[in-house]
Amino acid sequence: MTEDEDHLLDVAPGAPHDNLFSETLLYIVGLALALVLTGVSFWVASTSVLWGPGVATGLVVLAIAQIGIHLVFFLHITSGPDNTNNVLALAFGVLIVFLVMIGTIWIMGHMNANVGMSPEMMNLQTQH
Amino acid sequence: MTSEAATIGLTHGGSEDTGLGHRGPESKSIVVPYGFWLFVLSDMVLFSALFATYATLVHATDGGPTTNQLFDRNLVAIETVALLLSSFVCGLAMIAAKRSNMMWTQGWLVLTGLLGLVFLSIEMFEFAKMIGEGAGPQRSAFLSSFFTLVGCHGAHVTAGLLWLGTMMAQFWAKGFQQHILRRLLCFSIFWHALDIIWVGIFTIVYLIGTLP
Repeated sequence: MTEDEDHLLDVAPGAPHDNLFSETLLYIVGLALALVLTGVSFWVASTSVLWGPGVATGLVVLAIAQIGIHLVFFLHITSGPDNTNNVLALAFGVLIVFLVMIGTIWIMGHMNANVGMSPEMMNLQTQH
Repeated sequence: MTSEAATIGLTHGGSEDTGLGHRGPESKSIVVPYGFWLFVLSDMVLFSALFATYATLVHATDGGPTTNQLFDRNLVAIETVALLLSSFVCGLAMIAAKRSNMMWTQGWLVLTGLLGLVFLSIEMFEFAKMIGEGAGPQRSAFLSSFFTLVGCHGAHVTAGLLWLGTMMAQFWAKGFQQHILRRLLCFSIFWHALDIIWVGIFTIVYLIGTLP
């Protein structure tokens, strides 16, 4: 089994293409999209045109979109059959990341709201 | 290869005997970056714990400075663009290295490093300014978690810059050998991943933290 045949069946994350023009173009498109999304993020955060309470959610959506751009255009993670291993590993990573983050924020938020403290205790606490 | 040899397990021809499919183990050019990809994903799990800690403690300011008083969006915008361009240029270095072009490879790698240094210098400046104002990591739980999260990312960038220096030296001394190209591919995965983590940091810490 030669290296060339292997490339037809599996690719490594971030592995380059064969055509100079197409792979450079891929990076340029990725850079342009990432710059646009970054610009929109900073604009959304500074403008007062948008509905205030929705801004934070919008920013998170923009960040997830930009992470997707980085994965596709810089790390070359695709839906192709040669990428199955990379995508599966990524899917598992994303699962754990969301479990840890959402689980912690959910549980700690409820603890903060529901575990009542007497005023004397509150004074000893460093929170707020 | 005869079918007999395959069935008695002398080759990688059969899936029953090797457990590695019909083709045997993958080549190193696949296995090494894939293993590194797994490490990078586990690093993201580490950062997710730091993000969760930060989100839990962000309001625990102990009467000290809050996010709105501390963060400067203009500096963060420059940092963000510097790191994004660094990631982009690192990809160009990968393209040049694959074609064994020493001048362009080293040139793009130098630019990658310089942009990384711009990012790191601004971060150091920001940290020094905060600590000078009495907003160091020991001031409140919020600031402890802030310095842990952002500092951990900065430490990764620092390690990446050192790695980048050794990659340039290896290309210079040994040329474009397969195993050195594999190392550069791993470095580029690492560098792009740091930019992905920074997207989370500038959104959650700096932008959402400074909403009016």
